Amino acid sequence: MILDLVPTTLRMATPLGFAALGGIYSERAGVINLALEGMMLIGAFGYVVGTQVSGSTWFGLLVGIGFGVGLALLHAVATVTFHAEQVVTGIGINILALGITEYLLPTSKQVDGLPHWQLPFIGSYSFIVYLLPVLMVVSHIFLFKTPWGLRLRAAGESTEALAALSLRRTRWQYLGILLSGLFAGVGGCFLASEVHYFTKGMTAGRGYLALAAVIFGNWRPLSGVSACFLFGFATALELANRWNIPGQLLNSLPYILTMIVLIGFVGTSRPPASLGKMKS
Amino acid sequence: MDIRKLFISLLRGRISDPKQLLLNFMPSLFAIFGFFLLCGVVVHARGQNALEFYSIIFSSGFSSFDEFGYVLFNATPLIFTGLAVAIGYKSGLFNIGCEGQLYVAAFATAWTGMHIDLPALLLVPLCIAAAMIAGAVWGAIPGYLKAKYGAHEVINTIMMNFIAFALMNYLVTSIYQEPGQMIPQTRQIHETARIPRLASFVPSLPDSNPLNTSFLIACGCVVFCYIFFTHTRWGYELRLVGNARDVASYGGINPRAVTVWVMALSGAAAGLAGVAEVMGYRYRYLDSFSSGWGFTGIAVALLGRNNPFGILAAAVLFGLLNKVALDIDILLGIPRGLFFAGQGMLIIWLVCIEGISRKKNDT
Repeated sequence: MILDLVPTTLRMATPLGFAALGGIYSERAGVINLALEGMMLIGAFGYVVGTQVSGSTWFGLLVGIGFGVGLALLHAVATVTFHAEQVVTGIGINILALGITEYLLPTSKQVDGLPHWQLPFIGSYSFIVYLLPVLMVVSHIFLFKTPWGLRLRAAGESTEALAALSLRRTRWQYLGILLSGLFAGVGGCFLASEVHYFTKGMTAGRGYLALAAVIFGNWRPLSGVSACFLFGFATALELANRWNIPGQLLNSLPYILTMIVLIGFVGTSRPPASLGKMKS
Repeated sequence: MDIRKLFISLLRGRISDPKQLLLNFMPSLFAIFGFFLLCGVVVHARGQNALEFYSIIFSSGFSSFDEFGYVLFNATPLIFTGLAVAIGYKSGLFNIGCEGQLYVAAFATAWTGMHIDLPALLLVPLCIAAAMIAGAVWGAIPGYLKAKYGAHEVINTIMMNFIAFALMNYLVTSIYQEPGQMIPQTRQIHETARIPRLASFVPSLPDSNPLNTSFLIACGCVVFCYIFFTHTRWGYELRLVGNARDVASYGGINPRAVTVWVMALSGAAAGLAGVAEVMGYRYRYLDSFSSGWGFTGIAVALLGRNNPFGILAAAVLFGLLNKVALDIDILLGIPRGLFFAGQGMLIIWLVCIEGISRKKNDT
């Protein structure tokens, strides 16, 4: 019953999970990242273009990640160097990504998907699916158990702490944003690799959903990615269309839950203290 | 309020300091110039004639009353969403939820127009009120959550967008769908709930032109917002909370209350875009009718520097671009994405300029 929803859940949760990890890096460094949507989209676009041009899916993956990081660099330059309003920059980047991809690729050819790995008991999935839990744990260890993670988080918590250590806050913020472009790019590549096509606006709000998962998971990799699995499960339920629950209700469940968590009725959700602030 | 005084200050505000006004709009003018230049370069790089491209832009927008009517028709919802964003922005709030608010409002209008049968004199204001109230409620919820629990309005307005999409999709496909139709739309609203097209009293507009009275309502809102921002107590409170929150609360203003009503007002303004669609154009609710008006509103507000008249001009520009995008696609085979990309660049450029000037002030 429930078990046959597992494949869809995994397929839905994986791109979200990558984008959410990306969102966590950026927001932990104190930069609001609404541009996840655009970064995923351009990642998907890069994958299809790269694969089409070279014939190699690995090259496509590389191009997708490169494009995601490129867009992240734009976000970083605007928000960190020029102190541009982070929310509006993010929206601008999403519109830009939508426009560039639509302009350059009105119709896409079919491309190969990334290799699937057959594992005993689990089944056959794209290797990206298996990569997600690994990177989730790695991200947790990086952020909470290493000095670099501490510095990255310090960039988001306090504007003075890093200065006291004579470290540049902007460098860690650049790192956080670029990492978010990398992860969101992978998420986008996975999306395109699963459907073998690029279609206009194919991320369809997944970047925003990933951001919801970041908040739902209290800006932590383990709970953030878990939230993605929960959201993925809701989508799988919706697609399976069993038990006659209106699909739209399941569809909006993640958003309602996030709002409830955000106001603190269930558990606590505390954003990094200097999120969105460039000056103390 | 003394009308004579108001008039004098209006004159003084606009004529005594034209230099300041020009300086304020300088980045926007640069942005527009750069945008058209960049488009020309791209067109040239494609091996097409850039001059032809410019002449198509001009003729597509201004060659006849009919063409210009379409431009203003496209601009109408953007005026509302641009004003909605500016209302929030001036008090330091980001209303990213215009898209959701205008959907909810449009549905409320359509519902009222379908189910209540009254003479036009009563039904039209009632439908407009329904839209404004629905938009205001959808906007006030994130405002309340911000004021009461400190939950960030950006996240909540985004969440409310998606909830609105899902809810409206459910209503229009499961309950109110027009019988015997495959299209996810409601049946038509009563004749008395419709607002007339401008073609019926402007002889130079052909009857097919969709420009309607909602454009006049939009112009009225522009003037209203200008007076509201600069000449009323509430407008003062709104700007004060945006510029100096502590000063505002020291001066006896409750910033939390302001947050709630500003978001409600912003939502109501966004809701009027639903009026333009349902009462002025389609006469029914069609699922996902808006092509990102709520998000374009952000670009409109930025380009118009949050000044109501600036927003009017910016909305007309975007109305032109939306119309031209179609013609360029048909006549020159240039995909519409070019203008989207340009719009994104425009937004990023303008916020960077704003950020740099703020950075200068900080240090």
